[in-house]
Amino acid sequence: MPIERDSPLNSKLITPHWEHFEHKADIGIRGIAPTLEQAFEQAAIAMTAVVTDPNLVSDATAITITCTAPDTELLLASWINELIYEMAVHGLLFKRYQVAIDNGKLSATAFGAAVDQQKHQPAVEIKGATFTELRVYQQADDAWVAQCVVDV
Amino acid sequence: MDTSQFIQRDETCWEIKPKGAMRVPAIIYADEQLLQDMDQKVYEQLTNVATLPGIVEAAYAMPDAHWGYGFPIGGVAAFDPELGGVVSAGGVGFDISCGVRTLHTGLNITQLEPHKQALADALYRTIPAGVGSRGKIHLNHKAMLGMLTGGAQWALEQGYGEEHDLERIEEHGCMAGAEPHYVSPKARERQKDEMGTLGSGNHYLEVQRVSKIFDPAVAKVFGLHVDDVVISIHCGSRGLGHQIGTEFLKDMAMSAAQYQIVLPDRELACAPLNSPLGKHYLGAMRAAINCALANRQIITHLTRQAVASVFPGLHLDLLYDVSHNTCKLEQHTVNGQKKSLFVHRKGATRAFGPDHPDLPDVFKKTGQPVLIGGSMGTSSYVLCGTKASEQRAFSSACHGAGRAMSRSKATQQWQGRTLIEQLAAQGIIIRCPSMRGVAEEAPLAYKDVSAVVEIADRAGLARKVARLEPVICIKG
Repeated sequence: MPIERDSPLNSKLITPHWEHFEHKADIGIRGIAPTLEQAFEQAAIAMTAVVTDPNLVSDATAITITCTAPDTELLLASWINELIYEMAVHGLLFKRYQVAIDNGKLSATAFGAAVDQQKHQPAVEIKGATFTELRVYQQADDAWVAQCVVDV
Repeated sequence: MDTSQFIQRDETCWEIKPKGAMRVPAIIYADEQLLQDMDQKVYEQLTNVATLPGIVEAAYAMPDAHWGYGFPIGGVAAFDPELGGVVSAGGVGFDISCGVRTLHTGLNITQLEPHKQALADALYRTIPAGVGSRGKIHLNHKAMLGMLTGGAQWALEQGYGEEHDLERIEEHGCMAGAEPHYVSPKARERQKDEMGTLGSGNHYLEVQRVSKIFDPAVAKVFGLHVDDVVISIHCGSRGLGHQIGTEFLKDMAMSAAQYQIVLPDRELACAPLNSPLGKHYLGAMRAAINCALANRQIITHLTRQAVASVFPGLHLDLLYDVSHNTCKLEQHTVNGQKKSLFVHRKGATRAFGPDHPDLPDVFKKTGQPVLIGGSMGTSSYVLCGTKASEQRAFSSACHGAGRAMSRSKATQQWQGRTLIEQLAAQGIIIRCPSMRGVAEEAPLAYKDVSAVVEIADRAGLARKVARLEPVICIKG
């Protein structure tokens, strides 16, 4: 099923932002933004914030990421999982992202830097994005919300 | 949660009768207080598990159950392949074969006391812990294959440990049926530099003092006496297990319709045991169990080196090694008939009782050691399997305390450095690369492990043998 997208005028007023939400054992990540792509970018910043303060991370290194999924929710989980993989294998943390989504395919650039134990004081490694509270939807004000719980 | 939703079967057994799509009842072992404190999500998740095809007897939750992913953490469910039973990646979890291993040191607390700081430093230097930590071992393709097939036995062949370690590990240190060709290149890539590392979050290595013996006869067989010093290691299959869990969760979620499985929650993604996808997952999951067993074996080797640098000539023997995130093929009696069942334990420990054929001779009379990890700064417990546990929950017990508070709430409430000072005043040394990590793992962010263990004992899931108190904790 193709991913439908709509960015009505009023949603442009919403500043893209992220937040964490409660889960007893772990932590929920949520991105809220005028567009689906920005909501995915914000959710990914929320993911970095589980590990460290994103403001402490520089954006000197860029890597590209692509993934596909049959629906937007699985696409969000796949996107976060690709980032977790890159963080684990290359010892990176990401500060910001540029995401494009077209017909179930996500193409992105993630900007970040190598983990510095002293500077970043990373709290936890993230094991994976779960399907718990996995939701991608448009609010009444047309803002896009992209969220899931990550296992740490 | 509201206890009126249950039928109380006995002091510690609470049942939800099958309703809606549930194929079997759901049963929680708890006292009234623990049950009231449990999240309503445990009820929802357990009743969802009870709807899965081929489930046998009941969906069980241990006294430490809390909101997990699809399955509650502390969930146990057995599936019969002859009845269309399934295997669920969510029912095993991301950290496949996460578990606890306990080592005897041969020291008592008086002998340790003058060398506590030196031992804490040596352990912290020797065992890689925390985010982004790498081991000194690099696995090439051949070594990866050997590790995924051989587990702790492979580690032994590489010089990490001794032959007699193996009988003190579930599966004799090597999970049969591993099929490394179903482990993706990405999962291998994620693991190639992570062997012998603790990881982060609630993973740790802890030096502990035996503070109380509950069952002197069994404690004697386990080699435990009051004031003995032991070392416990809590970790799992690292990046490899996480990647396998991630990939199969997605594959199973996408294939559910093809197998005509109705998922009440996508996180319960599963595949028939007899399907190609189910078999591929079992092969990969068993390889991940071997990865966890090899990892704990290598950490044991590093621990022996660190201890020997402070106490030359001292030798550390294993008490036992248990896994608490697995799906294993076991023989169980259901309605008087022997059945081969695939038992999922998600945050639950296997607890085979006396005379179980899979136990080594040393534990034939006592049942297996059941190792229950506490949280930083709180007690841990050693229990033993009971014969009654077979009928209670397919020979399973709890695995730890379970969180009482989210990570974000914990960081709002405590500061890492203050916690370390408070624990130091109690004589507990903490070493951790991240102060925020310490705050997130604050002792009071977890439930009272003693209450959980008490109920596991009273419910007959396992019997209390000894209590352990922390002396040094190396946090991942």
